Amino acid sequence: MSQPAYAAAQSVTGRSPSRMAWERIKKDRTAKVSGSVILIFIALAILAPIFTWIIHSSPDAFHTETLNQEFGTQPLGKLGGVSGAHWFGVEPRTGRDIFLRFVFGARTSLIIALSATVLATILGVVIGLVSGFFGGKTDLVLSRTMEIVLSFPSILFALAVMPVLESVFQGWGLPQGNGTRITVMIFILAMFGWPYIGRIVRGQVISLREREFIEAARALGASRTHLIFREILPNLWAPILVTVALNIPTYITAEAALTFLGAGVIDPTSDWGAMLLASVPFYSVDPMFTFIPGFALFMLVLSFSLLGDSIRDALDPRSSR
Amino acid sequence: MFSYLLRRLVSGTVVLGIVSAIVFGIFFILPADPARLSCGKTCSEELIVKIRHTLELDQTLPVQYGRFIKGIFVGRTYLKGTPAELNCTAPCLGYSFQTDQPVTALLKDRLPATASIAFGASILWLLIGLSSGIVSALRRGTWIDKFSQGVALGAASLQIYFVGLVLQFIFVNKLAWLPAPGYSSPLHYPVDWVKQMALPWITLAFLLSAIYSRLTRAGMIEIMGEDYVRTARAKGLSNRTINMKHVLRGAITPIVTVFGLDLGGLLGGAVITEYVFNIPGLGKLSTDAVANLDLPVITGTVIFSAVFIIVANILVDLLYAVLDPKVRIQ
Repeated sequence: MSQPAYAAAQSVTGRSPSRMAWERIKKDRTAKVSGSVILIFIALAILAPIFTWIIHSSPDAFHTETLNQEFGTQPLGKLGGVSGAHWFGVEPRTGRDIFLRFVFGARTSLIIALSATVLATILGVVIGLVSGFFGGKTDLVLSRTMEIVLSFPSILFALAVMPVLESVFQGWGLPQGNGTRITVMIFILAMFGWPYIGRIVRGQVISLREREFIEAARALGASRTHLIFREILPNLWAPILVTVALNIPTYITAEAALTFLGAGVIDPTSDWGAMLLASVPFYSVDPMFTFIPGFALFMLVLSFSLLGDSIRDALDPRSSR
Repeated sequence: MFSYLLRRLVSGTVVLGIVSAIVFGIFFILPADPARLSCGKTCSEELIVKIRHTLELDQTLPVQYGRFIKGIFVGRTYLKGTPAELNCTAPCLGYSFQTDQPVTALLKDRLPATASIAFGASILWLLIGLSSGIVSALRRGTWIDKFSQGVALGAASLQIYFVGLVLQFIFVNKLAWLPAPGYSSPLHYPVDWVKQMALPWITLAFLLSAIYSRLTRAGMIEIMGEDYVRTARAKGLSNRTINMKHVLRGAITPIVTVFGLDLGGLLGGAVITEYVFNIPGLGKLSTDAVANLDLPVITGTVIFSAVFIIVANILVDLLYAVLDPKVRIQ
């Protein structure tokens, strides 16, 4: 966009729309609180290895001495074995430290959700731009593709293709194990996620491409690539940012759901969905084991949703809650 | 209207054809041999060859897919002309590798449980979502509005697989008010049906009503500012008439859209709900099929739920035109 001509008045400092949005966010209490919660989760995920050093344990170490010695199943002590050594208690049957599994689980969740978001956004933005800008047959093919992807029962299909894609990726030389499974999950989540952002970008591009500044750039002889990426894309960052912020929680829950259904990350890698799945046989005797990953997931999703709402409100002053 | 419907049906069928081709084709990438999967662990080489022949797995992929599609519309006969002829009537989706039952029969068998969850829960969540949304909109800014919108925001961030376990812990294990969730036929055991379905209904309704509550509130508040509402007020209509007949009527369209898509998605298999509560519906059928690599059942369930999604999409668009006079279908 061009510089506003009236910004010349000396006493008034010109503020860009992004600067104004940032100032609105800084004043928003909800945004501050939810943003801080997210930062805490990210910090925990990054600092996870430090906790293994503080606690002198690892998320995979068995502490069978903390379990009922007669049966070797249930944690000793209150609240699933909460103690100075094991802050959130221990896992039934294995005695693995739940706090460590929780922080390392935050890692898995965030890595998968954020990578899937980035991949889906890139795909969605590029396809949406191309589809909206070129129109005609290109648009027909691309928007039909979006329609088809959206017609898939996504959870069901994702469950079914997990083993297939895993073997394909292994065929390409990726090792067997959770590394490959995580890659496949990111890939699948992005595959089903991009049409949501693609549709929005396409709609915006269709209305933008008829505007005068595009016509002017075209008259100046700008190339299509220049028009798409230099003229149109910079005008789209607000809707893209809002969609991304509101989509992240969906990826977090989708990842946990897939893992909970047995198609995601598997032992010994820590993951919240996997912890919930592992807690199912014990929820009636050791509710703490279910509660910790469930509550963590709730907090993270809630914070991202609230932050997403705040970002939307900040970027679009007309919208109000 | 009619030509629009016809066009949508045609394009829906095309989409379904592509979805089925992708699902059908994807399992051919799998290194596992379907005949071996069907046969089980202790299986002789001769038997595998025989199965391959019986299930026509020795044909090329396009031939197999063609026969599969033909089976859906007109039925198909395996081992034609031999004494062991297997007649699979339309709509034929093949036979389960695990139980040898026709997939169509399995789907028919599991649909009632899924439909019970979907319809029961949807009635509940509409009631809760709409009423709390209406109250919020009418009492905007009061504590009741803040409370219900706060609950809605929290509920929208909760997960079925977490809330389901927590509620089960409270109501089944601790208080023992309800039996473990499951499915009994509503025709023969209506009381058991309600008791066993209660938790899935409540869990789903609690989480999903949040979206409806927020939609209703936002929609009504927006419509309240419209000129025609002011006109209605100026005409001296009662508040009740204005709110219910004019405001709610105007705000209902997006709710119907979301509702249709949610219901359609759920009818194709409430995958997570059925898994958490161990209810033998379509979702459980498909998760079990995935765990056992029961390819015909996986293909069948994916196609079946895609049908629900596509049909729900078409119905929603048609309803849109009926509900919103501004939308004209060409």
